[in-house]
Amino acid sequence: MRHLLSAGDLDLTEALLVLDTAEQLDRAIAGRDVKKLPTLRGRTVVNLFYEDSTRTRTSFELAAKRLSADVINFSAKGSSVAKGESLKDTALSLEAMGADAVVARHWASGAPERLTSWVRGSVINAGDGTHEHPTQALLDAFTMRRRLRGGEGDLEGLHVAIVGDVLHSRVARSNTLLLRTLGARVTLVAPPTLLPLGVERMFGDPVDVSYDLDSVLPTADVVMMLRVQSERMAESFFPSAREYSRRYGLDVRRMGLLPDHAIVMHPGPMNRGMEIAADVADHPKRSTIVEQVTNGVSVRMAVLYLLLGGAE
Amino acid sequence: MILIRGARPYGEDAVDVLIADGAIAAIGAPGSVAVPDDAQIVEADGLILLPGFVDVHTHLREPGREDAETVATGSAAAALGGYTAVFAMPNTEPATDTAGVVEQVWRLGSQIGLVDVIPIGAVTVGRKGERLAELGAMADSAARTTMFSDDGSCVSDPSLMRRALEYVKAFDGVVAQHAEEHKLTVDAQMNEGAVSARLGLKGWPAVAEEAIIARDALLAGHVGSRLHVCHVSTAGSVDILRWAKAKGWDVTAEVTPHHLLLTDDRAEGYDPLFKVNPPLRTAADVEALREALADGTIDCVATDHAPHSTEDKETEWAAAPPGMLGLQTALSVVVQTMVQTGKLDWRGVADRMSVAPARIGRIDGVPSSDGGPAGPNGGHGQPIEVGRAANLVLIDPDATWLVAPSELASKSRNTPFAGFTLPARVIATFLRGTPTVLDGALAATAGATA
Repeated sequence: MRHLLSAGDLDLTEALLVLDTAEQLDRAIAGRDVKKLPTLRGRTVVNLFYEDSTRTRTSFELAAKRLSADVINFSAKGSSVAKGESLKDTALSLEAMGADAVVARHWASGAPERLTSWVRGSVINAGDGTHEHPTQALLDAFTMRRRLRGGEGDLEGLHVAIVGDVLHSRVARSNTLLLRTLGARVTLVAPPTLLPLGVERMFGDPVDVSYDLDSVLPTADVVMMLRVQSERMAESFFPSAREYSRRYGLDVRRMGLLPDHAIVMHPGPMNRGMEIAADVADHPKRSTIVEQVTNGVSVRMAVLYLLLGGAE
Repeated sequence: MILIRGARPYGEDAVDVLIADGAIAAIGAPGSVAVPDDAQIVEADGLILLPGFVDVHTHLREPGREDAETVATGSAAAALGGYTAVFAMPNTEPATDTAGVVEQVWRLGSQIGLVDVIPIGAVTVGRKGERLAELGAMADSAARTTMFSDDGSCVSDPSLMRRALEYVKAFDGVVAQHAEEHKLTVDAQMNEGAVSARLGLKGWPAVAEEAIIARDALLAGHVGSRLHVCHVSTAGSVDILRWAKAKGWDVTAEVTPHHLLLTDDRAEGYDPLFKVNPPLRTAADVEALREALADGTIDCVATDHAPHSTEDKETEWAAAPPGMLGLQTALSVVVQTMVQTGKLDWRGVADRMSVAPARIGRIDGVPSSDGGPAGPNGGHGQPIEVGRAANLVLIDPDATWLVAPSELASKSRNTPFAGFTLPARVIATFLRGTPTVLDGALAATAGATA
């Protein structure tokens, strides 16, 4: 594996390798006073961010630093065409500086894949447009495995409901791909306007889709709430925040429909009161939202390690 | 004088063809045509002879984007593709929306002399879709522009579209509509379907094309005008066209070579070489388009040759402009998709690439320099018979070639067929008897003198 562009790039063996490596690295770090491993000393990781995302950038930065890599943050906001340097020229510059890995966040779907034709180093997709965000899917699977499967093996038989703005969500696409690889069953839940046309066949084998959250919750082991941007209202994807919240928000009543063991996830940042009620987000037993952030660092360490160090 | 020896008109029995004074002077069995001493001999054993191709949809980019294409480089690509006439779309900078600009483009084309360049006039001022451009002035100009389009944009306003359709009747004009309901395609990047869902690219739904075609066909029927539909791309559009033609309405349509061959899964990899408007569609659409071209529901092939500079295309998918080169690959793609599949014979190819587009563009009449109906642009899409203008193309049907972008004559490199091995090659092209292409390369004497 040279790049990580899509969660679909990983077969079951590779996906388990990433998750198992993340567990090992997590344990190796946990036992140390100085939370740092020497594994990637002398390697250079560039965080190339065309979109603001303090959370993802910080997580990658921490992951790289914990493996002793040198980290450069390169923020290039806006359209490459409208303003300044082209994506290709930026890529060639990074290549000339000797980047071993480029962690790319971009507003345009497919931009990280375009980068791979111009740089020799590994490209890691840290979220591209409305396409994918594979490390988010990995940290989500890691979290589910720890909570529900004792931190090992696959996710065979698990039922995961992904709820919200699937149309614009890179998290939903990556999660659907990875969870299916790991043996889980995914149901996408959204108002029809927020599902892409062709969603049922978008990954070949049919994807389960529902417009009715209440009917899905009683069999869900995991419910993953997606961020819904309120500006979608202006484009008539739904009439109002209130109506959205009533029909698709996870409140305390709906949480009560879940089986006892079920967990509640959210990739952040949350709109409290919109797609998720505060009492649900902060629920001590079910909510994994803070854990997901912690696990993100371990999973990204594993990805960097396997792409940069594991090959040697 | 030129003697073409042993060519097979429409793929039929071999003949010798004598060309004199820009016209076909004699046709006879091989060896039967008397050869004047000073005749230039073109050996055409095994080659197919067709009327020169006519493209009713070309972007030459001049004036304004001479870095991407010029009338000169586009003319060269056209001649090498077997074309003797191309219609230049008006989305230039400035837009080709006045008599002055159409004459400028037309004169450039005739000075270069590789192919007749007939400017298409903009329907609306600046192609903004707000008020009619001076269509009559363009029709009366030296260029004799009678085809009008805001291509790249749709004439969205139904009332304005109706007026345009009506107004051009006065000079037997036609409105060529880029059918796209813009409100359904805001930021659209590719065909809307399972592939766009997976790739996270905003969808361009088939209905955005079909809704406008249905509306415009109804308008054309209502006011009794001629409508031409640009680059039809969906099976649903074919159904609507079939229905409109069954009503007896004067509706014609074109399909591009790329829509006859490529499908939307080419977007995987996000290489903007495959980004085009309307977008590449599904295999079912491709099949419907081929059937429609075969049965005449779609009248002709048009390239939508759309050069873009490398820097404009070597970027993020969403940031790249839509469009593909087409002039030099059109015949080969038509042979692969229509001839090799048994859907069209060579007479069919001649009809869809020459006769029908010449008729739609009204350049099939007798050319005249004194203001006759075809103006100076006539003589295209003619039958191969004595007395007709010698606008001809010679094709090697058995050749195959590897498409190498750097070897194309266009100033740009954005062919989606790079690396494809395609059948059939243009060996020679004759514009009013003057060879513009010989032995598959631009003729040394071509251009400037014509």
